[in-house]
Amino acid sequence: MIATRESYGNILIELGKENKDIVVLDADLSKSTKTAGFAKHFPKRFINAGIAEQNLMGMAAGLATTGKIPFASTFAVFATGRAFEIIRNSICYPRLNVKIAATHAGITVGEDGGSHQSIEDIAIMRSLPNMKIIVPADDVETRQAVRAAALIDGPVYLRLGRLGVPPIFDENHTFTFGKGNVLKEGKDITIIGMGLMISKCLKAAELLKQEGISARVINISTIKPIDEELIIQAAKETKRILTVEEHSVIGGLGSAVCDVLSTHYPVQVVKIGMNDTFGESGKPEELLTNYGLTAENIYDTAQKTVNIDI
Amino acid sequence: MEPMKIYANQLRIHIINMLAAAGSGHPGGALSAADLLICLYFKEMKIDSEDKDNPDRDRFILSKGHAAPVLYGTLAMKGFFNTSELTNLRKLGSFLQGHPDMLKIPGVEMSTGSLGQGFSASVGVALGGKIDEKSYRIYTLLGDGELQEGIVWEAAMAASHYKLDNLVAIIDNNGLQIDGTNDEVMKVNPLKEKWESFGWNVIEIDGHCFTDIEKSFKQAKEVKGKPTAIIAKTSKGKGVSFMENQVGWHGVAPSEAERAKAIEELERNIR
Repeated sequence: MIATRESYGNILIELGKENKDIVVLDADLSKSTKTAGFAKHFPKRFINAGIAEQNLMGMAAGLATTGKIPFASTFAVFATGRAFEIIRNSICYPRLNVKIAATHAGITVGEDGGSHQSIEDIAIMRSLPNMKIIVPADDVETRQAVRAAALIDGPVYLRLGRLGVPPIFDENHTFTFGKGNVLKEGKDITIIGMGLMISKCLKAAELLKQEGISARVINISTIKPIDEELIIQAAKETKRILTVEEHSVIGGLGSAVCDVLSTHYPVQVVKIGMNDTFGESGKPEELLTNYGLTAENIYDTAQKTVNIDI
Repeated sequence: MEPMKIYANQLRIHIINMLAAAGSGHPGGALSAADLLICLYFKEMKIDSEDKDNPDRDRFILSKGHAAPVLYGTLAMKGFFNTSELTNLRKLGSFLQGHPDMLKIPGVEMSTGSLGQGFSASVGVALGGKIDEKSYRIYTLLGDGELQEGIVWEAAMAASHYKLDNLVAIIDNNGLQIDGTNDEVMKVNPLKEKWESFGWNVIEIDGHCFTDIEKSFKQAKEVKGKPTAIIAKTSKGKGVSFMENQVGWHGVAPSEAERAKAIEELERNIR
């Protein structure tokens, strides 16, 4: 089990060795965001903004104009909330080459509680022109996604977690920006998930199989631009779609999927996520259970969805 | 008459003409900064419109982005684009956006307009220069009302923390903002003490005196280990007597009659 923030910290050091244009900025959270390793290896290319997220993003924008590839890190709630308008006007509007690697996304922040649990960051970032969004599911995918982000010319938002997650992919996996992956084939329903919910989606599919329900499982790690083709194909072939995200059901993965399907191939889409509510303090797994982000709830919901006459 | 004065007067003529043609925009704060920009672009900065992407060039960022006409006029006079484009300001399809847009306008180093952000970006540019051990300098112009933005002080702290002696922040201290004087709306004084307490080298000048302006840039270069803030005392609407020090001329374009009156006065100056 390794958290995607750990994978990010590890790959940053490798990238730093390979490319001298990589610079990393943080806002006094480098031990938590795991940029501390990069800071130790490349002190000249690490900039601590202090507890000042607006200037964190502003400086990253300025650095990008000099040809640097800045990775700016802090918690997702501060990155996309506190610094939103700097991301809008100084990064996205001039399409500058800034990577925002936001950690501690979702409710699995845990004990720190609702003030620190970002459930709206994808909704906010999706609305910005020029912004691209990646939510990697595990260690292998995170390392590849960070590499891919560094090669993209323009703003990228990487959503990373605090909690350790089990491996989904083996080392042979290839992350392709903009492409989702079918992790399991199925014909009765498609479960589309992201991030740490993927292992739970797979477990739910196993439970459904025991009931004779064949569920397709898709990992969508690029939220924007989303893999329209794969989603439309799933809608055509399985007729029913269930989305699963550790994020609000307003504006997140579920909404992105609905945006595609309502235009191209309307089918019923059921969303599992945070139902327009903030999180609270608790252990990460307790919180996931509390808010229905479990394999059991995915299984139950999928079963009900499959039984609806269409 | 010294050439700088003639250039500045010509720039003010451009500002009035482009704002009148646009029918909206911000004359007061553009006119107050005209002498500062002329001195920067025609005396101080190493910058060439023929070689605008040279990595070693000096950079200017207009953090008070609403004063866009002063920048556009200067860039046109400096050869970045044709002066005949200026009257397309703010019109649909024109590259001359209401606020500076680096993707559309040659010579614009950073898209600005949302106050405080250009200054923060200029700190990033200065950091980039230090990381690459380049000798270029970064100049950024802020309004005094702009200093009310929190990000300004985050950026000011960072610039002195990282000893960015390649960075010069010029404060266009005309004392006025949209809703009234700085003192009425939100007191920003004492400026000198504020910037000094943030670890900056501070120089106070008359922002319409070319000798003062030039000297301050030279002095800033001699200071090592800290950024320099130049507090330039200016008059909003400078050069057009009926606009000078009038709050009402912050964000209103001149009518045709007002334009003609202003141009007549400005042309008289260089006759």
